[in-house]
Amino acid sequence: MKPRSKRFAWILLGLVGVSAATALVLNAFQSNLVFFFTPTQIANKEAPIGHAFRVGGLVEQGSLHRHGTEVSFVVSDTVKSIPVTYVGILPDLFKEGKGVVAEGQLDGQGLFHAKQVLAKHDENYMPPEAAEALKQAGAANAKISKSIVTESGSK
Amino acid sequence: MIPEFGNFALMLCLLLAFMQVVIPIAGAQVGKVSWMQIARPTARVQFALILFAFGCLIYAFLSNDFSVRYVAMTSSRLLPIQYKVAAVWGGHEGSILLWLLMLTFWMTAVSIFSKHLPEATLARILGVMGFISLGFLLFILLTSNPFDRLIPAADDGQDLNPLLQDPGMVFHPPMLYMGYVGFSVAFAFAIAALLGGDLDAAWARWSRPWTTIAWVFLTVGICLGSAWAYYTLGWGGWWFWDPVENASFMPWLMGTALMHSLAVTEKRGGFKFWTVLLAIFAFSLSLLGTFLVRSGVLTSVHAFASDPKRGVFILIFLVVVIGGSLALFAWRAPKVGLGGRFSMISRESMLLSNNVLFAAAAGSVLLGTLYPLFLDSLGLGKISVGPPYFDTVFVPVMAPALFLMGIGPLARWKEASLPELAIRLRWAAAVSVVTALVLTWFTEHFSLVVAFGLLLAVWIIVTAGLNLWSRIRPLPDSHFHPLQRLRGLPSSYLGMLVAHLGVAVFIIGITMVKGYEVEKDVQMDFGDSVEIGPYAFKLKGVSAGNGPNYQFQRGDVDVMRNGQFIRTMTPEKRVYLVQRNPMTNAAIDTGFLRDLYVSLGEQVGDATWTVRVYYKPFVDWIWGGCLMMALGGILALADKRYRISKRNDRSLLQAEELA
Repeated sequence: MKPRSKRFAWILLGLVGVSAATALVLNAFQSNLVFFFTPTQIANKEAPIGHAFRVGGLVEQGSLHRHGTEVSFVVSDTVKSIPVTYVGILPDLFKEGKGVVAEGQLDGQGLFHAKQVLAKHDENYMPPEAAEALKQAGAANAKISKSIVTESGSK
Repeated sequence: MIPEFGNFALMLCLLLAFMQVVIPIAGAQVGKVSWMQIARPTARVQFALILFAFGCLIYAFLSNDFSVRYVAMTSSRLLPIQYKVAAVWGGHEGSILLWLLMLTFWMTAVSIFSKHLPEATLARILGVMGFISLGFLLFILLTSNPFDRLIPAADDGQDLNPLLQDPGMVFHPPMLYMGYVGFSVAFAFAIAALLGGDLDAAWARWSRPWTTIAWVFLTVGICLGSAWAYYTLGWGGWWFWDPVENASFMPWLMGTALMHSLAVTEKRGGFKFWTVLLAIFAFSLSLLGTFLVRSGVLTSVHAFASDPKRGVFILIFLVVVIGGSLALFAWRAPKVGLGGRFSMISRESMLLSNNVLFAAAAGSVLLGTLYPLFLDSLGLGKISVGPPYFDTVFVPVMAPALFLMGIGPLARWKEASLPELAIRLRWAAAVSVVTALVLTWFTEHFSLVVAFGLLLAVWIIVTAGLNLWSRIRPLPDSHFHPLQRLRGLPSSYLGMLVAHLGVAVFIIGITMVKGYEVEKDVQMDFGDSVEIGPYAFKLKGVSAGNGPNYQFQRGDVDVMRNGQFIRTMTPEKRVYLVQRNPMTNAAIDTGFLRDLYVSLGEQVGDATWTVRVYYKPFVDWIWGGCLMMALGGILALADKRYRISKRNDRSLLQAEELA
C-alpha cells in the first residue's frame, strides 16, 4: 500500500470505530435513562406506565406493611402520594417518615412495583430526589396559596 | 494549642508552595541553577510541614478534642482507637488533607529518586507539583480547614458514620489517594517536558515507573473499595457503577492506557502526543474525581458535605489545571515531532487500539456519570443512569481490547505479518473455543454471555502461555534449559504476563458471578431452612449483645452441604450508640470456587426474621485478578533496566558536565 492510501485506511478505520462507539453509546443511553417523577407528577399522569422510572418522597407514617418478604408502603410528597410494593429486604435506613427513592414501574391501577429501594446513608441526609419532590410540592403549595391570595386581592 | 500549630504549618506550607512554583520554573526558563535548586528543599519541607499538620490532626482525634469542629463532626469518645485514626480521613476536610499529604509525599519521592534528571527538568516537575499543592492548600485554608474551632466545644462527637467503621476504612482511602495523586507525577513530567520542549525516550523512561507505581496503588485501592462494599453494604454486589466508583475508575482506565502508551514512547519513540495527552487526562480525571466526590454534587456514601463555595473553588481549580495544560499542549505539541513510523499491523498499532478503546471506555463512563449532573444543573429534570447503561456500553468496548491483549504481545514492533500471526495463533484460538465450550457444558445451564466471557479469559491465558513458551522453549543452538531461560527473562516481561493473566482471572470471576449467582430473600422462623443447590442454611436463632460502641443482634445460621454440616455463620444487625443507625454486617464463607453470603433483614415476629442468602460462584476471583494485575505492576517496577539506566543516565550527565 502507498503511504497515502495507508493513511486514508487508518482514518477510515478510525472514523468507523468512532461512529460505531458513538452509536453504541447513544443507543445504550437512550434505552437506559431512568427519569424521576414526584408523586404529584404521577398523580397528574405525567409518568409513563409500564416503563421504569424513579419516584421519591417520604414514607408515610403507618403505611408500611409486611407479608413475608413482600412489603408495601406509601410514598408521599406531602401533597400527593403513591402506593408502592416491593419484594425483598429493605435497606437498613428505611424508616417511616423518612426520605426514600424507589425505582420500578407503574401499573394500570396506579400501584408502583419497585425493583429497587434506596434510602439515605445517614441520619442527616435525604436522598436528593426525595428532597426535590418535597421542594416541588412545597413550591406548588406556595403557588396555590399565593394564587388564592392574589385572587382575593384582585377582588 | 496543638490544632493552631497544625494550622500554622499549613500557612507556612502555602508560602513554600508559592516559592516552589515561581522560583524553580523561572530559574529553569532563564537557566539559573541556584533558583532551580530551591525546588528540592521546598518540596521536602512541604512534606514535613503537612506531615506535622496531619500529626496534629491525629492528636486532636486521639485526645478527643471536640473543640475542633471537624473532630466533633466525625469522632466520638467511644470510637475504637483504630477508627479514630481512620476518622481523620472520614470526612471532607481530613480527606483533602490526606490528599495533600500524599501529594507532598510524591513530591519528596521525586526529589529523592530523580538524581539522574537534568536540573531544569526536575525544577519544572517540582514546580508543577508545587502548583497543585498551592491550589489544594488554598482550598483547605479558604474553604475546608480541618483545624477550625467549635465554640463552645461539644461534650461528645457525632461519631464516624457506622458504614465507615470498618478495617476497609483504614486502608482503602490512603491506597486510593496514593494512586490518584500518584498520577500527578506523570502529569508533572508531561507538563515539564512540554515547558522544556524535550519529549524524548528518556522522558518516557523516567516517567514510566512513576506511572506504574501510581497505577498499582490505584488498582489496589479500587480493589479494596470493591471488596469492602461487597461485605459491608449487605447486598452482596461488588461494583455498582455508582458515580463515586466511576470517579476512581476513569483515572484507572486512563492510567492503564497511559502505561501502555509510555511503553511505545520509551521503546519506539512513538505516540508522544498521545502519551502526553493521556498523562494530562489521567490526572485531570483524578482531580475531577476528587471534585465529584468532595463537592457534594454527588450523593452516595462518599459524599460528605455540600458547601457550594467548595464546589466553585474546585471547579475553578479544575478549569485552570485542565485548561492550562491543554492550552500548553496545543501551543507546544507541534514542536514535539512524530515518532517512528509503524505499519497497520504491528505491536504499535495494537497498543494504539488498546489506548483508543480504553479512552473510549473512560469517555463512556464519563458521559454516564456527568450527564445526569449536567441535566440537573441546567434544571432539565432529574434522571439517573444505572448499571444497565454501563453494562451495555462497557462490554462491547472492552471485548476487542481483551481480544487484542492476546495478539499484541506476540506481534512484532514496527511491522508484523498477519499470516504469520494467524499461523502462530490458530491453535490458541482453537484451544480457547473448545475449552470455553467444554467449560460451559459443565455448568448448570448454557448462557451465551458466560460462554463469551470464558472464551475471552481462556484466550488470554492460552496466548500468554504461548508467548511465554516462545521465549523459553529449547532452541537447537542453545544449551539452556527452559527453566534457566525462564529465570533469565526480564521481570517487566513477567510483570506483563502476570497482569494480563490477572485480567483473565478477573473476567472469569465477573462472568461466573453474573451468570450463576443465586440470591434468595426469605422469611424464616427459627429452625427453618432455605436451600440453594447443595447448600442448606438453617436459622437457629438470633441473640443480642454489646460491641464496643454498638449493640448487635447476631443470627446463628448453620450451613450444610448435602446434609453435611460445614460451619455456623453469624450475620449481625448493629445499632451504633451515637448515631442510632442500624447497620447490616453480612457473614461470608469464603471459598476458592464460591462464597456463601448471609445477611439479616428485619425482625418480623418474635422468632421470625427476613434473611438474605447468596451463593456466589468465583466471586473472589474478581479481587484475586485485581491483585494479580497490581502484582504485575510491581514486577515491572522491579525490572533491572530502571536501575541500570539510572546509573547510565548519571554517568552520561557527568560526562556532559565535564565536557
